[in-house]
Amino acid sequence: MELSLKLLVEAGASGPLVFTDQPLSFWGGYDAHSGEVIDRRHPLSGQRLAGKVLVFPGSRGSSSGSGVLLEAIRNRTAPAGILTLEPDHILCLAALLAQELYARTVPVGLITPAFFEWAASHTGESASLTPDGRLEIF
Amino acid sequence: MLAGENGPAVQTAMRIVVKMGGLFGAPRLIPVTRAHIDSGIYEGQSGLDFVEMLLAKGGKVAVPTSMNVVSLDLENWQQNSRVPLSFATPARRLAEMYLKMGVKPTFTCAPYQLKENTPRFGEQIAWAESNAVAFVNSVVGARTNKYGDFFDICLALIGRVPAYGLHLAENRRGQLLLRLKDVSPALLRQDAFYQILGYLVGRLAGNNIPVIAGMPPGVSEDQLKALSAGAASSGSVTLFHAVGVTPEAPDLETAFGGNTPLETIEIDMPGLRQARQELSANPGGGDRPDVIALGSPHFSLAEGIQLANLVENRKVAPGIEFFVATNRAVYHALIERGLLEKLLAFGANVTQDTCVVVSPLIKPDAQLLMTNSAKYAYYAPGKLNMPVVFGTLAECVDSAVAGRLLRDDALWN
Repeated sequence: MELSLKLLVEAGASGPLVFTDQPLSFWGGYDAHSGEVIDRRHPLSGQRLAGKVLVFPGSRGSSSGSGVLLEAIRNRTAPAGILTLEPDHILCLAALLAQELYARTVPVGLITPAFFEWAASHTGESASLTPDGRLEIF
Repeated sequence: MLAGENGPAVQTAMRIVVKMGGLFGAPRLIPVTRAHIDSGIYEGQSGLDFVEMLLAKGGKVAVPTSMNVVSLDLENWQQNSRVPLSFATPARRLAEMYLKMGVKPTFTCAPYQLKENTPRFGEQIAWAESNAVAFVNSVVGARTNKYGDFFDICLALIGRVPAYGLHLAENRRGQLLLRLKDVSPALLRQDAFYQILGYLVGRLAGNNIPVIAGMPPGVSEDQLKALSAGAASSGSVTLFHAVGVTPEAPDLETAFGGNTPLETIEIDMPGLRQARQELSANPGGGDRPDVIALGSPHFSLAEGIQLANLVENRKVAPGIEFFVATNRAVYHALIERGLLEKLLAFGANVTQDTCVVVSPLIKPDAQLLMTNSAKYAYYAPGKLNMPVVFGTLAECVDSAVAGRLLRDDALWN
């Protein structure tokens, strides 16, 4: 599977795909020390997302979410890449700030509903994303 | 600004704002009259790194700017032995760096309840903190998007925001109709109802602007605060309209502004009961709440008075901790009225500037949290790793005195 997508924050990434159809608040929902999803009401609760390519609708909840993602990028516990259905300004900002502060970041991209549906049954497969938005899954 | 004529801090802030504005298709920047900063919660080194960079570049806010909670009761943190110096030092340093950039030491998540800090209807502002954004858009009718950590201070430094989202009238119209159906009049008067309603509205609204129909007249400011905070916690609600209550919704037609509701959902007693149940994530079935936490968002003076009346001549049972979070203004008003004394005599731990979710105040071996706040109840299982039970303010006080859970289900039947 290969496709081209729009990256809001450009960077490369590779890692296993992880899918959820539920939004996630990074503040209160993501542990920047371990990379674990700690929202106990979330289907990904208990999973570690460090190094994975996360496909989900987008974040929600507290605006402190960007601080958590920025800290996770600093600690190298962030997802390797983040692909959302809607432009997510909380996560994009964290990725842009990481670029300013640490000269490295994670890509944040926009996906289509068709790809979102496809991804639902392809969790765990290897994803590779280039900084110009070419995504390959195998 | 981008060229650096206003100094290097403004240049950096402008670069970030322009990039973000571009991402979201904003054609221009518009001036704002005030800002509210939520970046003072100490989550780790990156927060310090960023502010240090801005301060080193000579950063100063361009508009009156208030500050959200920080991770420390800055005046009294040493009275709590659980706050280690290794946490207090960077947390205090973070707060101090913001003050050096000209931010006001308000340290509250309910900035809209500070008199001098309440915007006017239609005012363009740059606010962070999800509950404050929901309240100020919906109840005050000022205009802001929900700005994330660090972006808020960038906007305050340049005094401008990208013109997109809720800054524009055409994006503020209702999209989804939520209709209260057969909710008992007794429940409609309860503060706790608005907490649960908020949680439910957040769950139902998704990314849409909900219009709530069927609210009774005379809903209080604190009840609207509860509704805002609940909806912003369980969902991403940044604006709601309550018909006959909030300023952009004198009637249903105005609230929708020509939009056809995507869907109409009824909110009835079974739905409310289930929401109350969901907010009590207590799988162990413990019946001894050893921590009781109030004040998310921060207690207002009215809530402080209400609590002082409830605790008169009573005492928290041994082994139970009872936290009340508020801001400096309310704290000092409570002292002046002799009410702080009453709360302390009851056994309450009243904190300023912070709350139990962002500051390590709760004992590490605590078993069960009880709260009257939907926001606390929503975040406690993940953020505090604790089971939680939701109750009314009176139920929280009764349970603290009895040393066991006391909840009245009758209200919800």
